[in-house]
Amino acid sequence: MTGLRVLWRRLVGLLRQRHLEQDVEDELDFHLHMEIGENLRRGMSPEEARRAALRRFGGVAQVRESCREAGGLPMIETLWQDVRFGLRVLRRNPGFSALAIFCLTLGIGANASVFSWMEGILLRPFPLVEHQERMMAVAGTERGAPGHADVSWPDFQDFQKNCTLFDAFIVDRITGTTLSIGERAERAPMSVVSANYFDALGVRPILGRGFEPGEDVGRNAHPVTVISYRMWKERFRGDPQVIGKTQMLNGMPHTIVGVAPEGFYGTFVGWSIELWVPLSMQEMFDPGGYKLEDRGARWIEGFVRLKPGVTPRQAQAEISAMASRLEGAYPASNRGRGIQLYPLWKTPFNNAGTLLPTLSIALGVAVLVLLIACANVSNLVLVRAFGRRHEMTVRMAIGSGRGRLLQQLLTEGMILSSLAAAGGFLLAYWCRNLFVLLLPPRGGVAMFLPGGLDWRVFALSAGVCVVSTVLFGLVPAVETSNIDLAGALRAESGGVVGGGRHAWARSGLVLVQVALSFVLLAGAGLLFQSLRSVERTSPGFSTNVFTTYTDFAAAGYKPERIKSFEDELIDRLQAVRGVETAAFVRIVPFSYRSYSSAAIAVEGYETPADQQLTVDYDEVGPGYFAAMEIPLVSGREFTRLDNESAPPAAILNELMATEYWRGRDPVGQRFQVNGRWVQVVGVARMSKIRNLTEVPRPFFYLPMRQSSMGSGLQVRTALGADRIAGILRREVRKLDPNLALGEVITMREQVERTTAFQRVAVSMLAVFGSLALVLAAIGLYGVMSYRVSQGRREMALRMALGAKTSDLLQRVISQGLVLTAGGIALGAAAGLALTRLIVGLLYKVSAHDPLAFAVAALIMTAVSLAACLAPAWRAARTDPAEALRQ
Amino acid sequence: MGNDKPDVLHGSLALMVLRTLETLGPQHGWGIARRIEQTSGDLLELNQGTLYPALLRLEQMGWIGSKWGTSENNRRAKYYSITRAGKKQLAAEAENWEQISDIIGRFLRRTRESS
Repeated sequence: MTGLRVLWRRLVGLLRQRHLEQDVEDELDFHLHMEIGENLRRGMSPEEARRAALRRFGGVAQVRESCREAGGLPMIETLWQDVRFGLRVLRRNPGFSALAIFCLTLGIGANASVFSWMEGILLRPFPLVEHQERMMAVAGTERGAPGHADVSWPDFQDFQKNCTLFDAFIVDRITGTTLSIGERAERAPMSVVSANYFDALGVRPILGRGFEPGEDVGRNAHPVTVISYRMWKERFRGDPQVIGKTQMLNGMPHTIVGVAPEGFYGTFVGWSIELWVPLSMQEMFDPGGYKLEDRGARWIEGFVRLKPGVTPRQAQAEISAMASRLEGAYPASNRGRGIQLYPLWKTPFNNAGTLLPTLSIALGVAVLVLLIACANVSNLVLVRAFGRRHEMTVRMAIGSGRGRLLQQLLTEGMILSSLAAAGGFLLAYWCRNLFVLLLPPRGGVAMFLPGGLDWRVFALSAGVCVVSTVLFGLVPAVETSNIDLAGALRAESGGVVGGGRHAWARSGLVLVQVALSFVLLAGAGLLFQSLRSVERTSPGFSTNVFTTYTDFAAAGYKPERIKSFEDELIDRLQAVRGVETAAFVRIVPFSYRSYSSAAIAVEGYETPADQQLTVDYDEVGPGYFAAMEIPLVSGREFTRLDNESAPPAAILNELMATEYWRGRDPVGQRFQVNGRWVQVVGVARMSKIRNLTEVPRPFFYLPMRQSSMGSGLQVRTALGADRIAGILRREVRKLDPNLALGEVITMREQVERTTAFQRVAVSMLAVFGSLALVLAAIGLYGVMSYRVSQGRREMALRMALGAKTSDLLQRVISQGLVLTAGGIALGAAAGLALTRLIVGLLYKVSAHDPLAFAVAALIMTAVSLAACLAPAWRAARTDPAEALRQ
Repeated sequence: MGNDKPDVLHGSLALMVLRTLETLGPQHGWGIARRIEQTSGDLLELNQGTLYPALLRLEQMGWIGSKWGTSENNRRAKYYSITRAGKKQLAAEAENWEQISDIIGRFLRRTRESS
């Protein structure tokens, strides 16, 4: 209590400082007056009385000072002094201040932006959702198969029932539907969720309700939906009576029971979800039939929330134990199946996992840029410190402590970096949603990846600001505290080239800058080469084919109607002049959707006892391989005759043929797919199915008519994009005006979308690399200019002794190049170690690729040359007579 | 930054100031200084100046209050008076002090006897 009171009084004292000082003055005056009076009464002479009084009192000035100290808050006071002084100094050197703030703004802004992306995409990706720090993603595992799998609803329910360390199990399976908006069809991302979804996430609908427990149960029994705030505002114009209205979804009227709050985008990193339906509606929205009672049907992605205090390790142990119990209880469906929990930022089934490497690189690179910026500012401060030596020396001579001087310098640094931090935040604010702009829309829907600017990002950036102040203030501060008083005063105005140690410090800083920039350039080069070699990889099909889709589900088509529609549309398209081939396919290669996978058994191929042989497959229509220009190595392709009444047929890819038939020709042989015998009718050349960098795996194709129908349409044509899109729309509308047609793009574009992340990484490194290059060039320019200005006398002497202009030019430039070469050597050494960190992102490029390093060295040298040229030119034009006279 | 005199000195000076104000009532700085010197039988030669920072601290602690007034020779002077909290503090401190001096005294007597 008393502590607080004292602080309060001191604060008050600080505010009425002047008043207080006057009071003390008056009081001391009065005291001396009384004492002198007393002495006079004792018979002293006036002079004597005064002297005795003062002696008795002690040092008046000291008392005044200690009263001032006791009365106010000296630390704040001197700080305030320093701040005012610092601001004055910075205002006096606008060029220096602007340059320093600019460099730091870039450095801090880059970091704050990356922090905001990491916060918004990886760490707290779901706005409005409670306790995200206790949330983990759930995915299945399959023994002997890499990557993740989905989970079945019966398994999920068993975990929910029997695990004790979890607050909630949440199902969230992303899907989508097509909504017609006037003439236009628009894809809307939606989610099939467990009934506890909104309650467990702590998200309360602003109108109506979330889902009720019963709505998980019953096949297609609860056609209800919660709509997003955006959908409510845009599609329903914010209608307050919207609850109870119906919305057609995939051909079935759904009752709107709730409106999600503004700012809730669901729980799938990368998309903003527009509609939610309860689990019981799975069959309507998730392709592949009714799965809620099938333990073998794995389709669920989801999350858990741990109870407070439970560690991820404990949670994993419990759920793994449960999974192995299920393995024992249901060997037919669960043999080899496990569960893996992931922290949200590693979620394997949404874009968090995909973006993690890119964002990590971004963070590393931003830190490098900050270091370079700090080195630059450090250099600037050093130059200025040299110019301020006189001031510092005088201040020291009249009694400033070294600590006080350091405090002053650090305060000035803090002012610089605070201003820069403000600029950096502004930069981060502008850039927070920039990330998504680097990514193309997928499936006709723009991705949604907002950055998050919350107090954590601010705190972290403020920390960066403080650290950078210390970083760039350190060298100059040490230099300053080494001032040799007597020496400095004596040599003050001398003409001797001074600051030998300064020169070293500065050159060292430039060395570091060049080295760091080199690392960034080399990294950018490596990623660029990797991207090139990815893009040079052939997908194994023709990329000139156009692809689009029709949304049968949204129009409520039954399989029979789909079949007749597809045959009719293909016939009409084949009749159009310029169209070579058209074919339907269930899942278009390189789309986001996942392939089905089937348990297979091949005669004469032994499977290990604890494993179930599963292979992914796709369903394709007649003429698919011709349309895609995927050659068949042997056998034939599917025709319209491969229909429901014909014997089941399959086409294998080459790897599946060699892996399971080992050199025998599989054409004509039979194998089991999910227990059903099918006959191999052909073997197709290998082609990529998910992305260009995938490892080749066995894969097979079934005729659509004998499995599930699909709606991907592949068209090979010599016509241009606009022409074919127009034709497709016209033909589809003729057959059914209510059927929506998706965007029409080439397979090339489809393929390029899968390399978007690599491109993002490359562009990010390129941007940051050029930033670094500019900063390094500024640093080099500064050092060389400084050297030249300090060495004018020497230059003049050399000139007077007969050196030619070209000699001087050469001399300065070679000095600059020596620095650069040193930096490059240092950078190459660091680069060889650091590029190993991005080896996971490199495709068919060595992390030590000589070409990337050579190009980086070349660029660095060229830029250094440019940076040295102006100072060299100035040196060469030194007028010897004038320089020597100074 | 601050004055690094031992706390005992600060403490004892504070005690003397509080006691003085308790017996004399409101008093200005010079008066307090004189009184302390007189009471100590001029044994204690106070550096009078050190009194003022001490007064400031006591005031910040809330043990004394101050008011500007007019002195006996018609000058503007700052008068200090003890507050209720100050009186409580004085009582506590005085007891404390007596205890300590008693202990020290006994200690010194004992050691003198045994030597």
